[in-house]
Amino acid sequence: MTSREVADHMPDHEALGMTDDEYRDVIRILGREPLAAELAMYSVMWSEHCSYKSSRMHLGRFKSDQTWVVVGPGENAGVVDLGDGWLVALRIESHNHPSFVEPYQGAATGVGGILRDIFTMGARPIAVWDPLRFGPLDEPHNRYLFEGVVSGIAGYGNAVGVPTLGGEVEFADRFSKNPLVNVMALGILKRDQLVLSAATGEGNFAILLGNATGRDGIGGASILASASFEEGDKEKRPSVQVGDPFEEKKLIEACLELYDRDLVVAIQDLGAAGISCATSEVAGGGGMGMVVDLDKVHLREKDMTPGEILMSESQERMLAVVTPQNEAEVLAVAEKWEIEASTIGVITSGPDLVIYSKGELVGEVPAASLADDAPRYDRLAERPDYLDAVWAREPRVPDDLNAGDVLRALLDDPAIGDRSWIYGQYDHMLFLNTVIEPGHDGSLLRIKGTDKAIAVSTDGDSLRTYLDPRRGSARIVFESALNVAVTGASPYALVDNLNFGDPEEPGVMWQFTESVDGLAWACEELDVPVVGGNVSFYNQTDGVDIYPSPVVGMLGFCEPMPECPPRLDRAEEHMSIWLVGQDTQGDFAASAYDRIINDNLGGRPAEADGATARRVIAAAATLAHRIPVLHDISNGGLGVALAEIAIRSGIGMRIEDVTGPDLFDETPLRFVAIAHGEALETDVPHHKIGTVTGNTLNFGRAGSISVTEAEGIWRNALPRRMEH
Amino acid sequence: MTIAVIVFPGTNCEHDIIHALGLAGAESEHVWHRDTDLSGAHGIVLPGGFAHGDYLRTGAIARFSPIMEEVARLADAGVPTLGICNGFQILCEAGLLPGALVANRDLKFICRPTHLRVESTDSVLTRAAEIGQVLRIPLNSYEGNYVADDIDNVENAGDVILRYSDAAGHVDSTTNPNGSTNSIAGITNAGRNVAGLMPHPERASEKILGSDDGMALIEGFVASTGLVDA
Amino acid sequence: MTRTFTVSITRKPGLSDPEGTTTRKALIDLGFTDVSHVSFGRTIVVTIDAPDEDEARAQIEAMCVKLLANPVMESYVVEASS
Repeated sequence: MTSREVADHMPDHEALGMTDDEYRDVIRILGREPLAAELAMYSVMWSEHCSYKSSRMHLGRFKSDQTWVVVGPGENAGVVDLGDGWLVALRIESHNHPSFVEPYQGAATGVGGILRDIFTMGARPIAVWDPLRFGPLDEPHNRYLFEGVVSGIAGYGNAVGVPTLGGEVEFADRFSKNPLVNVMALGILKRDQLVLSAATGEGNFAILLGNATGRDGIGGASILASASFEEGDKEKRPSVQVGDPFEEKKLIEACLELYDRDLVVAIQDLGAAGISCATSEVAGGGGMGMVVDLDKVHLREKDMTPGEILMSESQERMLAVVTPQNEAEVLAVAEKWEIEASTIGVITSGPDLVIYSKGELVGEVPAASLADDAPRYDRLAERPDYLDAVWAREPRVPDDLNAGDVLRALLDDPAIGDRSWIYGQYDHMLFLNTVIEPGHDGSLLRIKGTDKAIAVSTDGDSLRTYLDPRRGSARIVFESALNVAVTGASPYALVDNLNFGDPEEPGVMWQFTESVDGLAWACEELDVPVVGGNVSFYNQTDGVDIYPSPVVGMLGFCEPMPECPPRLDRAEEHMSIWLVGQDTQGDFAASAYDRIINDNLGGRPAEADGATARRVIAAAATLAHRIPVLHDISNGGLGVALAEIAIRSGIGMRIEDVTGPDLFDETPLRFVAIAHGEALETDVPHHKIGTVTGNTLNFGRAGSISVTEAEGIWRNALPRRMEH
Repeated sequence: MTIAVIVFPGTNCEHDIIHALGLAGAESEHVWHRDTDLSGAHGIVLPGGFAHGDYLRTGAIARFSPIMEEVARLADAGVPTLGICNGFQILCEAGLLPGALVANRDLKFICRPTHLRVESTDSVLTRAAEIGQVLRIPLNSYEGNYVADDIDNVENAGDVILRYSDAAGHVDSTTNPNGSTNSIAGITNAGRNVAGLMPHPERASEKILGSDDGMALIEGFVASTGLVDA
Repeated sequence: MTRTFTVSITRKPGLSDPEGTTTRKALIDLGFTDVSHVSFGRTIVVTIDAPDEDEARAQIEAMCVKLLANPVMESYVVEASS
């Protein structure tokens, strides 16, 4: 045997992405060299993706001690209390790297994974949102990725029977070789249905439910998400994970029946690191141990090694802990729903996770060590040099701009134009909860049988965050809060997905830590708990880091729900138009105007004030109960916000005394209110700027555009790029 | 038994249709596809979803589910039977309705409200509606494009009950969302007791959801079961 | 001259094939109990003008890599049709 062959047969720790120091830690924990399967387990569990080793020390800055938080960060999903025994489970995740390798399956398995996180908690998943970021659509490969990802979300989400309520989308050059595919899901449950993942009860059984285990993404997703990409890496990729929404649908129904009949002690979904992760978390989390027999695992392929079985990331699997008395009944439920089930382990008093294969011991490690003893890094963070250069590139906005011409350009932008090309492919109506559908600022879902409703908005703003990670991140939180407020809900809880470049670069780490500070500060200002999150590092390809892209999912809550919640299509002739909120302050950094008209990205975004945010957001949530049209002002400023209302309502507007530049200013914490009457009852600053009338958007001396023309441009922005 | 709502693995609109039937005053219950007894059912609904994952061909595996023999027996005996979306596809695949549903013209899933013009009131679904009435009901499907090898027979027999139109009831190619032959959205059988449609009337069952036009159809169906006075 | 090729695309061995698995179960339910494996693929027929078969085949291979198959998860076989 040549030395090369020896190396192939004995993968060393470096090939598994583990440093020498980390390997020495494993030896210290075990008191010996690890066996092959053990090394495989530690390498995946201690990967960046599973262990958050570069970010964990920063995440404690997020607060989640509000009284309505039932489950904070650390479990599969955060859970908050809506009163009367109703709970909501929510979570956000990323599937960035898998979606670049295979966009359809990458996005599809992302949806599948997040749904399991939700129903693991005992909740029925009722909605999904997908915040997406791609490179510019004039490049064919970006269109291919975008089309594939949207089809994958639709294909999986529609078939599994959970509505997708939208999301948001950005297009920018830095995402060309590293698209961001985030996914948020939300579930609903009664308090007595809540299930956690920590096992109890020595002698209880661990039952593996769902798909057979194959060589899917062996060492894949987690390793994939823990290192940067180089050109040509695609061919070296491990097996692509293939999603099966039909299996997931059966798994959801089977698990919900198990909870309903109180047949499980604990349950955990299988995601990254598969059986390794699920068994160690279930056992370690409960301070217990487990004996696992890999021969009992139902396999899709013969001749899998113990390491492969332990690390397989085959989709649509769950690990349930049940008492021996309930085993037969659990297996019967699985049979009814036509899913496979195998009893693979027994809970012990601990602390070790002991694994057998073909009668031989292949692993014996302290269960909790895989998670608790993972390395923690305090990575160097340094303010990057690019900031001074970009701040110096101040946006220029001429006083005499023609608003009609600017709108012609802005409404044609694929991130501003009509996004129904995307969400029209998603089933967004299933379950009869959807009161405000995609295409508005926030989604609004009723909870049948109650007066309660929940609202959700997902938001990111990578360019603004690039210009100032702290201010940009804080503004994302405020914008998301305002988006739920204009549906009538108050911000109630938040999950975040932190997409960044290579954390081993001090500039990227600085962006990260600044962003965490900005998000944490804004959430505290609004008294919004951060109940969960995800960190996706190494979003770097060929040495180019993505724009720093924190993405938040804001949950809003209202009781009662507005009888007739505001919509963009409810403006009528003679209604008055008000601009409400903070004074316009000349904020064009990272604005749509600067990006599209000037082809520039520069200047420093304005800082948002916490007290103003609280007042404006509260005012919007109150007005939503009596005003027919409310619309947050964000991308493209007041001008685009008014155009969207005019297009959706099919009616024109006469706007007075607003200058051209003020129409495209992106000062935060402002919204448009439209209603009959001459007075708007609210204690935040507001002034009437015009009237709904005619069939033209008339900005006086600043210019005009007919609603028909604006609509044509707006509706075609995505189709004309995708369908040629 | 009241109205039987058949549940296949992969069905996902089974709760929504029970909600809408309830709004029309009817009680209904889920029946698992492996069951074989529908005796006493006054009506049958095959709801939407992705029975058996829509694998192989939509409805192809579901038509062999054990319950389908019983569905066919009752349908032949005149029991009101309704297929919505995937349920419509299964009824076609099972031969209880003529034709088949194939992929949409643009090869994209379509989820949006559509307008439907009532073409005939001679069916268990449209009996409470009026000819020419326009209903706003959401469509939600990838394979919603209706085809039939002898479309003239279907038309001449008066089997077409609903067509895609605009809000004014005008029907042409621009009002056809998915390429369906002759803009057909719903059909009935020769006995007029079996009906299928691609749009989801249960999703237009309350004003707060955007439209309650679907209740005109649901109420008609419930009335045909005799469970509620028409 | 005009040449026609049949491209058969199958999922790479080892990758999950939900459609095949589900169809196999249905066949077994219908009494075909000896079915041990069902897998799905696609067949694409391409007609091309090319001076000789090698040149034509090279082009079809390039099409497979670039568009017709996804090399990350699919294998393909190109056969000349008579």
